[in-house]
Amino acid sequence: MQTVENIKPCFPLFNEDEYQAVLEKKRTYEERVSPEKAAEVFEWTTTKEYQDLNFARQALTINAAKACQPLGGALCGLGFEKTMVYIHGSQGCVAYFRTYFNRHFKEPIAFIADSMTEDAAVFGGQKNVHEGLQNATKLYDAKMIAVCTTCIAEVIGDDLGAFIGNARKEGYVDKDFPIPYANTPSFVGSHITGWDNMFEGIMRYFTLNEMEGKAPGQNGKINIVPGFETYLGNYRVIKRYMKEMGVDYTYLCDPDEVLDTPATGEYEMYAGGTTIEEVKDAPNAITTFMLQSTTLEKTKKYIEGTWNHEIPKLSIPMGVEWTDEFLLKVSEATGKAIPASITKERGRLIDMMTDSHQWLHGKKMAVFGDPDFVMGLVKFMLELGIEPTHIVCNNSNKRWEKAMKKMLEDSPYGIHAKLYPGCDLWHLRSLCFTDKPDFIVGSSYGKFIQRDTLYKGPEFEVPLIRLGFPIFDRHHLHRMTTLGYEGGMYILTTLTNAVLERLDDQTKMLGKTDYNFDLVR
Amino acid sequence: MAKLRQAAIYGKGGIGKSTTTQNLVAALAEAGQKVMIVGCDPKADSTRLILHSKAQTTVMHLAAEAGSVEDLELEDVMAVGYGGVKCVESGGPEPGVGCAGRGVITAINFLEEEGAYDEDLNFVFYDVLGDVVCGGFAMPIRENKAQEIYIVVSGEMMAMYAANNIAKGIVKYANSGSVRLAGLICNSRKTDREDELIEALAAKLGTQMIHFVPRDNVVQHAEIRRMTVIEYDPKAKQADEYRALAKKIIENKKFVIPKPLEMEELEELLMEFGIMEVEDTSIIGKTAAELAAEAVAA
Repeated sequence: MQTVENIKPCFPLFNEDEYQAVLEKKRTYEERVSPEKAAEVFEWTTTKEYQDLNFARQALTINAAKACQPLGGALCGLGFEKTMVYIHGSQGCVAYFRTYFNRHFKEPIAFIADSMTEDAAVFGGQKNVHEGLQNATKLYDAKMIAVCTTCIAEVIGDDLGAFIGNARKEGYVDKDFPIPYANTPSFVGSHITGWDNMFEGIMRYFTLNEMEGKAPGQNGKINIVPGFETYLGNYRVIKRYMKEMGVDYTYLCDPDEVLDTPATGEYEMYAGGTTIEEVKDAPNAITTFMLQSTTLEKTKKYIEGTWNHEIPKLSIPMGVEWTDEFLLKVSEATGKAIPASITKERGRLIDMMTDSHQWLHGKKMAVFGDPDFVMGLVKFMLELGIEPTHIVCNNSNKRWEKAMKKMLEDSPYGIHAKLYPGCDLWHLRSLCFTDKPDFIVGSSYGKFIQRDTLYKGPEFEVPLIRLGFPIFDRHHLHRMTTLGYEGGMYILTTLTNAVLERLDDQTKMLGKTDYNFDLVR
Repeated sequence: MAKLRQAAIYGKGGIGKSTTTQNLVAALAEAGQKVMIVGCDPKADSTRLILHSKAQTTVMHLAAEAGSVEDLELEDVMAVGYGGVKCVESGGPEPGVGCAGRGVITAINFLEEEGAYDEDLNFVFYDVLGDVVCGGFAMPIRENKAQEIYIVVSGEMMAMYAANNIAKGIVKYANSGSVRLAGLICNSRKTDREDELIEALAAKLGTQMIHFVPRDNVVQHAEIRRMTVIEYDPKAKQADEYRALAKKIIENKKFVIPKPLEMEELEELLMEFGIMEVEDTSIIGKTAAELAAEAVAA
């Protein structure tokens, strides 16, 4: 019984007899299969035979390890000063995007929807756009409204550009109020694609027809394009490096303030972000550094084609080598030297790597997540002597596959690795049974694989190490850093301590395994 | 290099859009123009006369096989036929399922992203299914795409209804973009005073009848062989008609925002030309018995 004096949470409350009896009745009512049958089927799902069937699966995705385009488009919009993200489409989708980010960032997230309903699906969503924009400009005191779409608008082929144009013409919004937009159909690509589309839309809106008098190098700065980035520390570490190097930069899309507002008693709907002036001035930069270069195809094409920037060919600055390359390239482009402070930081990371290497060397880890993140993580793992095994990336592309293959072939630690592009977490579940890695590294969604492998028996358990997006079930990890040497330190710390936790778990049996339950690791 | 001109061909189903488009394109190609046809119709019959094929494999078909559009390359979907004409079919679902309009959107986006609109092209023609029934079929006339629309029409009532409806669609997009009605192409059905009628319709819409294409069986003879008349029998009189149409289109400067007709206006026009009889409103809603009683009373 739940009493006011002693309120118990879900666990262990539901373990009490009274609740267990209810659950037992529910089982009967639902005509569930017997526990024996369930166990039998479970066992079958752990076999090689099942894995073959699982991989023959065609028309079904289970636990995709990706989200849809407008989610990415929305995050992109958050990175600009006083920008309201406006999603043309259905209400439910947008509620989902808000909660998705709420749960990851533990922050209130403001996106608005124009709530298309059945009549809008039949007659087109122009009316929604007109009224929506009118309300949004009046209510939210925004400087910019960034519009993207959900699938309802895309399936019926709503002409977003024309609708916004008409809204201006008919006086629903001011003629020159900034409303960049992007089509972000959910059934194409993933949140990564959506980020790319929205970003390109914003750059296009402010610079396409205003290129006169602009040329690379005029403002002496460099641009930094983060891509779909959810580690707030990553924004901060790159800024810190630029500051320490004395490099003048523009962060194009910078949501680290709005996603981390202090509790002052006042709700801040907007905070920080790239300003419109900075965007307009961005073509004058020396060049543009794209931190997640394999997936920002549309952005790359636009910046190269319209701004005439020679975008440096770089991989995501994760791990030692790729951070080196990034910093050297920034130094080359700007003529600013890499200061001793950063060199020292690098040295510290190397020191940490040697301190921990005996625990990481040869550890087998399955990895899943977004393309550039996975690539950077695997690169760093190879530097650490970890052997990545199953590498699942649902939303990769051919360029990613090629680069990954090359990278794995070039390292002795890459020989056990196999790429699974386009696969989902149900595929990974099979792999974790038939070819058990020591750990899985990925988002919170990996915890179900840990649960299932444990159910087969403690020796089959594959613990999850949380690195990636989204992380819903641990707090504040989104504030950490994965880029640069600092990011290397965080990843290294996380991986090493997960290995040690696991070892403690296995060796803490008094009198049985505690011969290795050591105080010093 | 001349600016790329993009044109969309609309018109009632079965009016001869695809045949006219392909003959026109063949005539343009013969005149040295670089042309691409984009078929925007799930039936995928917009390029068969140029390619001599039954039906070109479509973007959507290939995408369904490959798993997604992203897995395709431009050369997978593009074929080159008579006179160097580049051909693409968007394709779409089988009748009764899915969304053909979305197929058109997907295919055109793909072509744009893959750089199909290269700098050598003079013309792109979109051959679009029937009416502008939904946003997908309006894709070719959205911003930055086709700026001139030709409507294929004949002197039949339903064809003219359809043409007027399409004009309404164009107005919608013309107000927010630069798409314009460029003319009516009359594909003759040998009805009475057909040329005068279509010219009258064109005048009311504020546009022109850019050419009157007479009916000639050589078109069918060529079609059976999956060829355009231009290729099958370049000396035929009909080939000259398509050449004349091509020339007029090259020289065309008359691009307007149409003024669609009200229903009454259109009916009046049809009555004037004797296509529709003057309506006897006194008989509406009366049963045979009532009419018989009235007749007796009179």
